[in-house]
Amino acid sequence: MTIAVQIQNLSRHFNDLVAVDNISFDIHQGEIFGLLGPNGAGKTTTLSMLATMLTPTSGSATVNGIDIEKDPDGVRKSIGIVFQDQSLDEELTAWENMDFHGRLYRIPKGTRDQRITELLTLVELNDRRDDIVKTFSGGMRRRLEIARGLLHHPAVLFLDEPTLGLDPQTRNHLWNYIATLAKENGITIILTTHYMDEADRLCNRIAIIDHGKIIATGTPKNLKDGLGGDIVTIGSSEPAAVAEALQEPWICRVETHNDNVVVSLKNADQYISTIVTILNTRQIPITSIAIHKPTLEDVFLSFTGRTIREQEASQKENMRIHMKMGRH
Amino acid sequence: MDIIYTIWLRSMKRFVRSKSRIIGSVSMPLFFLLFLGFGLNSVVQLPGIGGNYILFLVPGMVSMSVMFTSVFSGIQVIWDKQFGFLKETLVAPVSRLEIMLGQTAGGATTAVLQGFIILVLSLFIGLQVSGLTGFMIALLFMALVAVSFTAFGIAIASRMEDMTGFQLIMNFVVFPIFGLSGAMFPISSLPAWIVPLTLLDPLTYGVEGIRYGLTGASQINPVVCFAVIGGFSLAMTITGAVLFRTIKI
Repeated sequence: MTIAVQIQNLSRHFNDLVAVDNISFDIHQGEIFGLLGPNGAGKTTTLSMLATMLTPTSGSATVNGIDIEKDPDGVRKSIGIVFQDQSLDEELTAWENMDFHGRLYRIPKGTRDQRITELLTLVELNDRRDDIVKTFSGGMRRRLEIARGLLHHPAVLFLDEPTLGLDPQTRNHLWNYIATLAKENGITIILTTHYMDEADRLCNRIAIIDHGKIIATGTPKNLKDGLGGDIVTIGSSEPAAVAEALQEPWICRVETHNDNVVVSLKNADQYISTIVTILNTRQIPITSIAIHKPTLEDVFLSFTGRTIREQEASQKENMRIHMKMGRH
Repeated sequence: MDIIYTIWLRSMKRFVRSKSRIIGSVSMPLFFLLFLGFGLNSVVQLPGIGGNYILFLVPGMVSMSVMFTSVFSGIQVIWDKQFGFLKETLVAPVSRLEIMLGQTAGGATTAVLQGFIILVLSLFIGLQVSGLTGFMIALLFMALVAVSFTAFGIAIASRMEDMTGFQLIMNFVVFPIFGLSGAMFPISSLPAWIVPLTLLDPLTYGVEGIRYGLTGASQINPVVCFAVIGGFSLAMTITGAVLFRTIKI
């Protein structure tokens, strides 16, 4: 398998904040690779380094075999990028935004016009091509940006939080586009997201990133299987007692998070009554009990001890303060 | 060249579409011209220059229009930064010098067009251009002023985070440059201690150059004017390009 992106010991510091901490992994050609983590975990910083917008503090990386520090222009020619924040000129039409991009990448006029029409048709915006972008909805703008990112036929497409702030229907729509793109054009897609379902549904492989470190890599299925089957979450006022009571051979793992005890086991539906019986005999109170198939949220929880939402609340503020300091 | 053209083209498209902005930035120098001109025409005596005050004022207001528009076009890089469009340009495989020169060309063209509108409107209040040569000389000086101050605006924008400092720059840098330039009064009638300040102001040479082109008379030799404002536009372009290289997004 050909390697599209190779990252070795990559780090980036902003003053005393370590935004990306010595990460290493490979991304294969033609796969959809997801960088999953809470806001402020270092996803965008990693992407910015790969897109040569930021220089690494240490370490190295290649994109399409080109070193990001030695030949940034070479890297830029071979990548497309859709930023987290909108980057369209709202006072130009959809066509003009595409045309501007095509000219910047020096695509000759004939090819340029033909590709713009093709791509606008692909993202279903061709009938709105001469409308000013200001009149577009959030989903339309995103689609236009994706079309623009593909205009110069990049080998690698970076999508930074592609569905952030979009309604569920539009998100679904976009996921289909992205999946089709990867399948039909064979391009490598690297996306960052903090939506677990997005990573799960879309990505062939993911890397979970937290506090600038890669804490797990693998296919969504392998990561979830690694938890050892189904998840039973038991709410109780005595979580320690629950954990102690459930030391059974058929249980893979027991973890306590606040008032909840998270238990992983195979075929949970057959064992649920046994669990209730055990707890009842020992007179341990149960406030709630739930079974579900493991999600990436459970993977994240088991690696970090926290859910991604808790993580975000604490990291976001921190990151903002540091970014501000780094700029002045 | 093609990249500079691409960025210039974008500025032109935006310019043509922003009718309210065109009217807005033409109206201020036009009102100055009408109110100051007609109000002071009979009161103000211009020693040794001849002609009336309102015609003396025309070149000044043309340069005001050019200068304010170009500073503003340059500073608009901040909008591009805030609205994210700058990223799209910076991540493309093009050099920052090309981007900066494209922005300068676009902003300067916009500014010259604005000045040209004032020039044409002035024809209705009695401006008589001496001939095609004079007109071309005026245009040349307008272009040099435009390039200088667009590059100046870009230099400032490269160092500013957002538009909050804009008012400060306008009041403490741009307006004094305009006020001291001899756009509104003849240099010879100033108190002796202000004259050196006026002569240090690069815009003075732009105004005088435009005045020479439009009225055939100026207080500073047009060759000197050309050398100074030409040199200044070059220096500003280099400064702007250097600062733009370091821009962070």
